[in-house]
Amino acid sequence: MELAVFILFALGALVSSLVVVTHRNPVYATMSLVLTLVCVAALFLMLGAPFIATLQVLIYTGAIVVLFLFVIMLLNIQREEHAAPSSGIQRWAAIFSALVFAGLLLGLFWRAHGGDPAQPALTEEQVSLTTLARLLFTEYMLPFQAIGLLLLAGVVAATSLARRPDGRLTSPDQELAHAPGDAPRAEEAP
Amino acid sequence: MSPQQIQFLGMIATLLIWVVFMLQVTPIMVWVERRGAALMQDRPGPNRVGPLGLFQSLADAVKFMFKETVVPAGADRPLYALAPLLALIPALSTYTVIPLGPTIEVGGQRLPLTVVPADTGVLLLLALTSLGVYSLIAAGYSSNNKYSLFGSLRASAQMISYELALTLAVVGALLPAGSLRLDAVVAYQQSHHLWNIVPQIIGFVVFLVASFAETNRAPFDLPEAESELVAGYLTEYGGMKFALFFMGEYMAMTALSALGATLYLGGWTVPFVDLFAVGAKIASALGGVPLLGAVAGPVWTGLIAALVLFAKVFLFLLFFVWVRWTFPRYRFDQLLRLGWKVLLPLSILNVLIVAVLILKGVL
Repeated sequence: MELAVFILFALGALVSSLVVVTHRNPVYATMSLVLTLVCVAALFLMLGAPFIATLQVLIYTGAIVVLFLFVIMLLNIQREEHAAPSSGIQRWAAIFSALVFAGLLLGLFWRAHGGDPAQPALTEEQVSLTTLARLLFTEYMLPFQAIGLLLLAGVVAATSLARRPDGRLTSPDQELAHAPGDAPRAEEAP
Repeated sequence: MSPQQIQFLGMIATLLIWVVFMLQVTPIMVWVERRGAALMQDRPGPNRVGPLGLFQSLADAVKFMFKETVVPAGADRPLYALAPLLALIPALSTYTVIPLGPTIEVGGQRLPLTVVPADTGVLLLLALTSLGVYSLIAAGYSSNNKYSLFGSLRASAQMISYELALTLAVVGALLPAGSLRLDAVVAYQQSHHLWNIVPQIIGFVVFLVASFAETNRAPFDLPEAESELVAGYLTEYGGMKFALFFMGEYMAMTALSALGATLYLGGWTVPFVDLFAVGAKIASALGGVPLLGAVAGPVWTGLIAALVLFAKVFLFLLFFVWVRWTFPRYRFDQLLRLGWKVLLPLSILNVLIVAVLILKGVL
């Protein structure tokens, strides 16, 4: 039973991720990315990590991929025309990253199978939310804060890119808001 | 019966009560909505089919089923057909983590009256709710209609913006209970004889406003603003496909109402009333009656608890209707500004206040 469910979701993840990279229509590719992420979340759930599974759905499918779709629709990207022939440097970069990925995979396999077999399995207590939260705010406090800082830097960078030379933001929302003879602001609306 | 069978039956019964309630909410709420609108606009409203026009929704359902299915030219057919179904997935799954009643004891087994008593509780609910936006995006993209596309763009921007404020408001309500589980939140409010709405009125208001935006209801129904966008992402849908979107919207409203009732209004509890005593009293009163007399007291407790929760949910739903026919629609920039510059800071303030109160030992 468990094996059948695993095969179902593993196959789902593999097939949908293939569709992501091969489909010519970006909207379909993004939609199958959603399916991939949901399948992977199900696999997390089967591995006894409900928290990570939930976060995967909440953050990746619920927010990040929505933004992907939003941008694709906003830019009105239609079917991809014949891709430009890849240049030499792209080919070398592709080979290099494929090698790095293969190395990472091998390392993971080695750790999974060559690791200490005497290591006991994680208990319910060790993977509980409370333990996770405590670890995050004690032992892993520094990386946790560093990631937050990294995200903040990303936001600052994006904002500075979106700025015009005259220092105004270029979002239509702002332009509407500062248009002369503007209607009352949201806070003052009846 | 074996313990596993009792557990399984308990789960199925809880699920059935939820599903029946969720499916019945749409026709009832459509009637309430139309009659409510008529009441506020001083006109009779639908009053021909059945007493008080109660069967109007039934007639509408028949009409929906027999309507011709029209697919617009140039539509993206697979996505066009998939979108209404996607609308139902979050609507039919979110209630599974909301407790319908206390943990009762039947046949020596402890039955939690929650379909999925998961540790990640509210997070799971929020994750499933956030999937709702895909149906709107798929509908807008596949319809081959610029109004549909604009509607779905608005919907996705709006839902992402308000999800943050909503989530932070929920965090405030979870803090005193110290758990992501909704039954823990209910238990906290019951044991302290204090509904979260009292100390966290700011959080409650943020939650309420954000849930209006999350469900695309007036005054935040910009994705389907008929004066600008015909009907937004719904423009090209008709018949049963339209009805599915409609059901999805009402079910999402109901699920968020149930979450609000659980987080802020004490869930299934009634203040100063012991539902277990009430259940036992009913069971003893019905002791001699065949069939009904065989039902154990705790089961009655569960049923009454469910009715209490549903009553609170209807309070929320009536408020949704009231607001819809009272307030004019927001402009889109006003909507986004309200979300980011007012509600988000307010929800952070609420979390801060609650955290300080907990530190001081007040909560």
